[in-house]
Amino acid sequence: MQDIQGRVWVFGDDIDTDVITPGIYLDAPMEETVKHVLEAVRPEFPAQFKRGDIIAAGSNFGCGSSRETAPEALKTMGVGAIIARSFARIFFRNAVALGIPVLQVERSPGCFSQGDIVRVDIENVEVLNLATGEVVGGIPLYEDILDIIRAGGIIPLMREKHTGLPGS
Amino acid sequence: MGATMAEKILGRASGRADAKAGDYVTARPDFVMSGESAAGVYMRMAEAGVDTVWDSERIILFLDHYSPAPNARSAGIQKMVREFARRFGITHFYGERAGICHQALPELGFAAPGRLILGTDSHTTTYGAFGCAGTGIGYAEMAYVFLTGELWLRVPETIKFVISGTPGKYAVGKDIILHIAGLFGTDAARYRSVEFHGPAAGALPLSSRMTMANMSVEIGAKFGLFPPDEAVFSFLKGRAKGTFEPVLPDQDASYEEVHEVDIEGLSPMVACPPRVDDVVPADGLEDVPIDQAYLGSCTNGRLDDLAAAAEILRGRKVHERVRLIVTPASYEVYREAIERGVIAAIVESGGCVCHPGCGACFGGHMGLLAAGETCVSSTNRNFVGRMGSPEARIFLANPYVVAASAVAGRIVHPDAL
Repeated sequence: MQDIQGRVWVFGDDIDTDVITPGIYLDAPMEETVKHVLEAVRPEFPAQFKRGDIIAAGSNFGCGSSRETAPEALKTMGVGAIIARSFARIFFRNAVALGIPVLQVERSPGCFSQGDIVRVDIENVEVLNLATGEVVGGIPLYEDILDIIRAGGIIPLMREKHTGLPGS
Repeated sequence: MGATMAEKILGRASGRADAKAGDYVTARPDFVMSGESAAGVYMRMAEAGVDTVWDSERIILFLDHYSPAPNARSAGIQKMVREFARRFGITHFYGERAGICHQALPELGFAAPGRLILGTDSHTTTYGAFGCAGTGIGYAEMAYVFLTGELWLRVPETIKFVISGTPGKYAVGKDIILHIAGLFGTDAARYRSVEFHGPAAGALPLSSRMTMANMSVEIGAKFGLFPPDEAVFSFLKGRAKGTFEPVLPDQDASYEEVHEVDIEGLSPMVACPPRVDDVVPADGLEDVPIDQAYLGSCTNGRLDDLAAAAEILRGRKVHERVRLIVTPASYEVYREAIERGVIAAIVESGGCVCHPGCGACFGGHMGLLAAGETCVSSTNRNFVGRMGSPEARIFLANPYVVAASAVAGRIVHPDAL
């Protein structure tokens, strides 16, 4: 898997999925939902987030509801990777299932400032902050989880399982 | 070394009797549950080109989040789920006629001790009240389960809470779990299983156990389990679907942490916005005037909860500035509440009783909040924007406090009336 490089958005602890995709837009099409992602805590986020940007958060990122719209909206917006000191369980699973590179790293978000360019290597469990030269390690992903992310999520794996044809 | 409930249940479900915390297993759930999010599952199946399900008798479907549909979009979502149920011949499709999934599924006898149930909703942990390991997953993973009947799961470490003491008047399971959140934080059980033990846990009615198992996810838990006892077995008599094998933890099971929680004299607690772990006693709050009081949800919409509110409301009126909105958690609850005069007491006090369902709890419909408004709610989350405007405030409390606050026009301990 290629290294992922992008501009970082810094968030604190306990960013919940209601804040990522508010319940009032749960029945809305994704193109509308993405206009409201994280707006309750960062009003500028939907307009200023660029494809390839990376999220660096504190502990328990994605806590709360199981709504898959939360990682899906971030994926639709083109998130390069999500790194956090820890993830809430369901958000972590959903992000993996959608093929979003996720990594649990130490000293996040402390080692990152808003707008820093960082390089994320989820296989070698390493995040390099190009702005400061600092390298942050983390917790290796279970091999099967890495495989799901490498495949682009669980949908291509399902297609393969169902049809016998390679997923894409 | 003995095994925890999570280790035993996942061991059986994965055919790996020696499964230990930290292992990754491929587990086969006994049942899977979905609501309107089944429309999302259906779309993921379509993306993958999948047109079969592994077992149409193990999929349980409800329409609880948007019933009755408030707009054309949510009606469209419900239509998709109905089509899905027809197309795949889903045996256990209950539509809008059962109530909230987490109340109705146990009532229908699916949540039996020792089982593993996966649901596309975070509060699937509720089934832990019955010694049944329930946990939430997303649509894509559920699509995978619908196709294959299996999913990778990490066997979690377990945190044991040993609860002792007798709570004070008007304090129930809601207050115990809020107290635990306040003591240990919303990150305390992240990716862990929780077991509730001790004399006070065993003395709790099932309604309170369900609230605590339900809100275990608010401290991050994958499962929130009570060892099953006579109360569970007698509830399931005549209800249980199929046979089941109860599981108890071994005496020498290995726990990551053990916490003694003393609830002697515990007061009704309130979680202040926007954190479930910012908890204070109801009578320790500054003056908090309210615009809305909300009683319902999979957390506190049961018969005991509605009856608690009616006990407070009888002979009183809801404050003229306040709207009290009540959604029974299920039709079984609704029917019994009618028979016992509970609904009449709520309506006579000025409360508005809505159709059983998730309603305003997740910000869907039937009681949303405007900017600048304050709500005291028996639900599970007080996050920013959870029940409508991001500029509204939600205080979480038990049904007694919700009802008493509806009367007082501000958040109060029932003794203050």
